[in-house]
Amino acid sequence: MKLSKTRSIRALMVAGCISLLAATGVAKAADSTKPIVIPIHNWSSQIVMAYVIGGIFESIGDNVEYVPADSQAVYESIRNGDVTISHEVWQSTFGKSFYNSMAKGGVIDAGSHEATTLEEMGVPTWVIDKGLCPGLPNWEALADCSDNFTTADSGGKGRWLEGPQSWHGNLMPERIEALGLSDKWTVKFAGGADALWTELASAKKEGRGTVIFNWTPNFTDADGFTFIEFPEYTPGCRKADGGDGKCGSPKGWLKKAANYKMPKTHPHAYTIFSQLSFSTPQIGQMAALVDVDKMDHKDAAKKWLADNKDVWQGWTETGM
Amino acid sequence: MIEALRQKKYLQFILLVIVFLILCAIITPSEGNWFWRLPPLIKELPLIINNSVDYVMFDWWLIDVWDPDIEEYEEKPLMNQFTRSASGLILFMIEFVREVFLGGVKTIVTFTGWDWATENQWARWPALPWTVVGGGAAILGYALQGPRLALFVGFTFVYIAVFGQWEPSMETLSFVLIAAPMSVLLGLLLGIWAFRNKYVEMVLNPILNVMQIMPHFSYLVPVVVFFGIGDHAGAIATVIFATPPMVRLTILGLKKLSPEVAEAGLMSGCDNRQLLFKVLIPTARRDILIGVNQVIMSCLAMVVIASLIGAKGLGNNLLIALNQLRIGLALELGVCIVLIAIMLDRMSLAWADKQIDYFADLSFFERHRFWLMFGVVFVVGVILALIGSLVFKEGFNYLYLIPHNKGITTQDFWQAGVDWVWDTFFYALKGFNEWLIVEVLVPVKTAYLAMPVAATFVLAMGIGYIVGGVRVGLAVGGFLLFIALTEWWDRALITAYLMTLSVLISTAIGVVAGTLCSQNPAATRIMLTICDTFQTFPSFIYLIPVMMLFGVTDTSVLIAIVVYATVPATRYTIQGMLSVPQQLQEAGLMSGVNRLQRYLSIELPMAFPHIALGINQTVVFALSMVIIGALIGTDDLGQLILKSLSDKDGVGNGLVLGLCVAFIGLAIDQVLRTWANQRKQALGLN
Repeated sequence: MKLSKTRSIRALMVAGCISLLAATGVAKAADSTKPIVIPIHNWSSQIVMAYVIGGIFESIGDNVEYVPADSQAVYESIRNGDVTISHEVWQSTFGKSFYNSMAKGGVIDAGSHEATTLEEMGVPTWVIDKGLCPGLPNWEALADCSDNFTTADSGGKGRWLEGPQSWHGNLMPERIEALGLSDKWTVKFAGGADALWTELASAKKEGRGTVIFNWTPNFTDADGFTFIEFPEYTPGCRKADGGDGKCGSPKGWLKKAANYKMPKTHPHAYTIFSQLSFSTPQIGQMAALVDVDKMDHKDAAKKWLADNKDVWQGWTETGM
Repeated sequence: MIEALRQKKYLQFILLVIVFLILCAIITPSEGNWFWRLPPLIKELPLIINNSVDYVMFDWWLIDVWDPDIEEYEEKPLMNQFTRSASGLILFMIEFVREVFLGGVKTIVTFTGWDWATENQWARWPALPWTVVGGGAAILGYALQGPRLALFVGFTFVYIAVFGQWEPSMETLSFVLIAAPMSVLLGLLLGIWAFRNKYVEMVLNPILNVMQIMPHFSYLVPVVVFFGIGDHAGAIATVIFATPPMVRLTILGLKKLSPEVAEAGLMSGCDNRQLLFKVLIPTARRDILIGVNQVIMSCLAMVVIASLIGAKGLGNNLLIALNQLRIGLALELGVCIVLIAIMLDRMSLAWADKQIDYFADLSFFERHRFWLMFGVVFVVGVILALIGSLVFKEGFNYLYLIPHNKGITTQDFWQAGVDWVWDTFFYALKGFNEWLIVEVLVPVKTAYLAMPVAATFVLAMGIGYIVGGVRVGLAVGGFLLFIALTEWWDRALITAYLMTLSVLISTAIGVVAGTLCSQNPAATRIMLTICDTFQTFPSFIYLIPVMMLFGVTDTSVLIAIVVYATVPATRYTIQGMLSVPQQLQEAGLMSGVNRLQRYLSIELPMAFPHIALGINQTVVFALSMVIIGALIGTDDLGQLILKSLSDKDGVGNGLVLGLCVAFIGLAIDQVLRTWANQRKQALGLN
């Protein structure tokens, strides 16, 4: 009788321990084995970073899948769950698409990178060296040098080559208007980033002046690119936000986005992803491995992961 | 006077132009003037479409679905579940073919789940060594036609492997191997259905027209919303793009058959199904084959666009290469796409041309010799790969899968070539470019934009009326009315300006080139290959050299369009020239015509209906390129279609803008087609 009682108490204790284990097990759910879908866009740093982040996720045993996607349309796919994350949400260019999808429900903001971005009109540095527009980078210099920036179809005005209209709508034409430059300058919308880089290359060859839209961090940083300094940005200063439009671009954020289910399906990976933060030099390194060293994107990511273990292993450990 | 006007069409045209000019002169441009611009009454249409799609996809008929990952029931709309299942099926097929070539885990996962596959890392499907795939394909080529095809197929695979593009090429190939048969099958079925049922044809015809002319970008967003992102989405967009010509050519082929063929079939006791599959379709094979050729060309032409919504492979790598301005690399990728296109085309032609020899009495060995040969290739290839794994220690085995970008490359050579072209021609072309923009492009564009809407309608409907009577006139008016009532009329005018100029140039080049080449069978063959090449060679690649030379201007846009749109003009001219009956030529010779007379009074008139259809296709091609123009930088409809990718109302905007482009094409199609038919009737060609 006594014996059996102690045995039953022991059994009870064992059962209690097991259930306790089970309870902690539930609290620390493991990541689903379903792959985390990472989008691939068409610029170097983004692709290398995709493989870098994929590599980090794989190091904790998760499955990863990469899918090519348009950089504007991808937010709709994140919302629907076809893509899990996006790791380079640029404020000026993708902010609109990102918040549009967020407003419909299904996209969450997974924090910002340490890197800040600038997306602004500018000139290749040799344009300044050549004296094509004395006084740059101050924007007021633009009033007197538009003749050096005309093209056949610009109607005698200097031309700003802006990115596609999908990036910032009518921001630049409105800015030209607001700054009183509209009888000297006009805006042409390029069709895509390729068109911008081609213009950069051909203007350099010909030695002709060009004002184009660009951003940093970017591979053009290496060749020397100077952004025009417009009047400082203040929230609400843009025409679209009700301001007078007399302002440049803000120092922008570089955010990360995720599908709303990710914190539940892949809690560990999401914890890492929300902490993960790259600085401008780190992003530059990733891009340089491909653009300068001509490595394959995947190889570049492998090399970066191997060289920077101390950077990313901290994030995986806190997520455990 | 009135009598003369009724008789002479050219007098009617002159009168029309006079009325048009008067209208242009007297209507004052002002916002409120309805003769100047119609009010945008259907401005809300994109929003309505958008809301309906959202409703169907996200709110209609919600069902509770258990999501095991978040351990909750989720309300999901039925439609969404349905389209995602369809995508899953297509994706499975693509992945399956892909893993036969490249190995992987997805097919295994489909049957066992990710949990099992993650635990059992050994359960991976091995790739076929490239030697086996290439050898197998060459044997297939030999079996289908003979040594020449085998050699070409073998060369294609060796090229792909040696240049280190094996993985992306196989990804693309697996995608095409699913999308192309889907299009062919769908096209064949729809074509047969339309052939058997007049009403189906009546409904199908306008839909096909719209599908064919609508720029592919405008349905990318809807496809993504309905089917998600990935290879399957790319495949679906490709099928939408590639099916219409197949349907059309199937109908055409079946209709052309003489009733005797069907009667002969019926007399030998065929039932309906036998009649169709054993008699009619084999007899209509030639036209159906042109359809297959078109499907394959379209599929590969879509490779780059499809990569924007998730298709892996060459297209995606090409976009990335171009973004780094690595033209040499992009060119190598482009050549891979063209080679795959031509290879698939030749193989499908050979397959369809193959006659079954019912009376051959073959031994087991003879009957199965190709399988036996493949067996030998397989064993040898695998052994080589195993040896390779011992020889190549640095991680990649050149006899198994040549890793991406580890092959040889001629990039630097091409890059140097582009630089050379720039250095040599830039300054000469710069003057031409400036002249063209200042003297031609800008004035024409301004003139188009200065047309009052009333004058445009009178001109367009008038031409329709003169050519085809009241019905055509009204149809043209209807198409234009839709565009005029959106808020994009001005943009449509700019699209029309680019299209008009490029169609004029393309037609001139195409008719001359086609005529010259059709004089000689060898030249014809070469020209047709060039046509195939330009039709599948991704236009993105030459965008960059063109932009280097001509800047981000309308000249570049025009050149990009002309390169692509000249293809149908040439192709149809050749076809038309070859279709001139030999007896007519001989009759001409006997009546003593010289070469020029023969061309002007026999060949050209006889070929005209074909050429008119060629021009029609040129219009279609030019319009489908507006989006490529937008990638350079335009301010027409294409720019907004490109923008719809990121719009909040992208689905509706994309579709309505696409419809606007399609309707421009359809209006022209109405006129040209009627005209071609009249000429055909007059020549007794029907």
